[in-house]
Amino acid sequence: MNAHTKPPAMNLNSGRDDGVAVGEELLSVDNVTLRFGGVTAIEDISFDIRKGEVRAIIGPNGAGKTSMLNVINGFYHPQEGTIRFRGETRTKMKPYEAAASGIARTFQNVALFTGMSTLDNIMSGRSLKMNKNFITQMFYYGPARDEEIEHRRRVEEIIDFLEIAHIRRQPVGKLPYGLQKRVELGRALALEPDLLLLDEPMAGMNLEEKEDMSRFIIDVNQQFGTTIALIEHDMGVVMDLADRVVVLDYGKKIADGIPEEVQASQEVIDAYLGVPH
Amino acid sequence: MDLLNEIFVAPFVLIGELPDLFVQTIWEGFVAGILYALIALGFVLIFKASGVFNFAQGIMVVFAALTLVGLHALGIPAWIALFLTIGVMALLAMGIERVVLRPLVGQHDAILLMATIGLTLFLKGAGESIFGGEPKTMITTELGLPTGVTDLEMFGGLVSLQHLDIAAVVIATVMVIALAIFFSKTRIGRALRAVADDHQAALSVGISLNQIWAIVWFAAGVVALVTGIMWGARSDVSFALEVIALKALAVLILGGFTSIPGAIVGGLIIGIGEKIFEVYWGGLFGGGVEAWFAYMLALIFLLFRPQGLFGEKIIERV
Repeated sequence: MNAHTKPPAMNLNSGRDDGVAVGEELLSVDNVTLRFGGVTAIEDISFDIRKGEVRAIIGPNGAGKTSMLNVINGFYHPQEGTIRFRGETRTKMKPYEAAASGIARTFQNVALFTGMSTLDNIMSGRSLKMNKNFITQMFYYGPARDEEIEHRRRVEEIIDFLEIAHIRRQPVGKLPYGLQKRVELGRALALEPDLLLLDEPMAGMNLEEKEDMSRFIIDVNQQFGTTIALIEHDMGVVMDLADRVVVLDYGKKIADGIPEEVQASQEVIDAYLGVPH
Repeated sequence: MDLLNEIFVAPFVLIGELPDLFVQTIWEGFVAGILYALIALGFVLIFKASGVFNFAQGIMVVFAALTLVGLHALGIPAWIALFLTIGVMALLAMGIERVVLRPLVGQHDAILLMATIGLTLFLKGAGESIFGGEPKTMITTELGLPTGVTDLEMFGGLVSLQHLDIAAVVIATVMVIALAIFFSKTRIGRALRAVADDHQAALSVGISLNQIWAIVWFAAGVVALVTGIMWGARSDVSFALEVIALKALAVLILGGFTSIPGAIVGGLIIGIGEKIFEVYWGGLFGGGVEAWFAYMLALIFLLFRPQGLFGEKIIERV
């Protein structure tokens, strides 16, 4: 009836040939400044994210980490500076356009569709991949249904991968926090992103939940080759997961490099522990 | 004692003596309730997805019905006129999203409400200047809607059912089921629920708010058209219909602003309640209670259960 080709099993990365080789620049933030009225949340920050790496963004509270993520994903538009993604410099990009271009994210405070089941939450991540239009969906049920089944299969793969099969029918609002975070990761994965932004994926979790989440992040990065940028407060986690770390403090970049370098930097230690004035 | 008798005894004696009248009353209230529910459903669709209280829903009912009748008056066959009217509602939805909602995104609720009041005035003016202000007759037979009456013998009396009312109930039921399936099974339905739950998260998975808003306004427009046809067929098509939409406010207070089942149950409670109250207790107030019963009930609900029967309880974190 319709002729979409079946994708290979468990290849969650989009397979989009984005022309960026592993290890080359996928996203570049150049001299970005973001102000809210008189408050400067981000001041002249530049860094890059290379394809295939896990890039951590760390810093004390209020350093501008989440603002940075919001700039990358199009929620905020910086007053100065540019964002280059896959070699294309973009101007004011709307969040749904960022999603369409291959950027998915999770939120610091879980932002799930609480009234919907786990399955529907993750299915909503497939919105952009489904092409049958409104009229077809209303009147011509056949192709729209085939498409639905096809995407459902991919979603079930994600559910198996994240080991949340047992809660697939439950409304997510009632799930424990750790599982909600996992469902949110699943929804982001459903977009088959080139770049996955994780805002404190382990905040508020116990040790066991943190270990699970770390394992999923590593698997996503290594099995699917998804590039990941994550904000995290747990230094142990950051040092284990990240290939490179950028450190922000009061909206400025104070360090950038591999974890060992950053850890040894006097400026970073001062920012975290404070210095006598 | 007489008063107590009239309140607590006489009506129930009457129900016992004339059960056929009771059934007839419930049926008529049920049909009116279905139509209230449809108007309320239009409100709920838009409120859920965009947080906008669409004051213009009532005038949309009138506008849709007028467009249908007006197109038919130009000599266009009824069914083609119906599809053209659906097209007009789609254009209207896109226009409203582009011209009214998009520039006001992120504004305070009260501003959006004011904008829909402006929209009401605009549609009223446009409707009057295009179609004229005089009442018109709905093209009931041309659309193939039945007009006969069936009398059922029941409890030693007669209960008469207008075929048009039966059609209204069937069409409304089919439409609600179709909407329910659309909301639960399709991508766009899921996107609508996602937007209703969390705007930011919906944006992050690539759902375009603009598109979704145009779609809900279109859905509300189609619901308005169906309501307009049904209500127009029962009375006539005039701007007085708009006032009936105010009863939908009472329905919403009962059912909750965010609940589709709430809109339906609320509509039925008000429709049936006001008919029964009118027939059995109306004499106490000198009649005419149908006009205010809905609002009185709404007032009671506002005092004791402001979130409605099914609405989400508002819990504020302090």
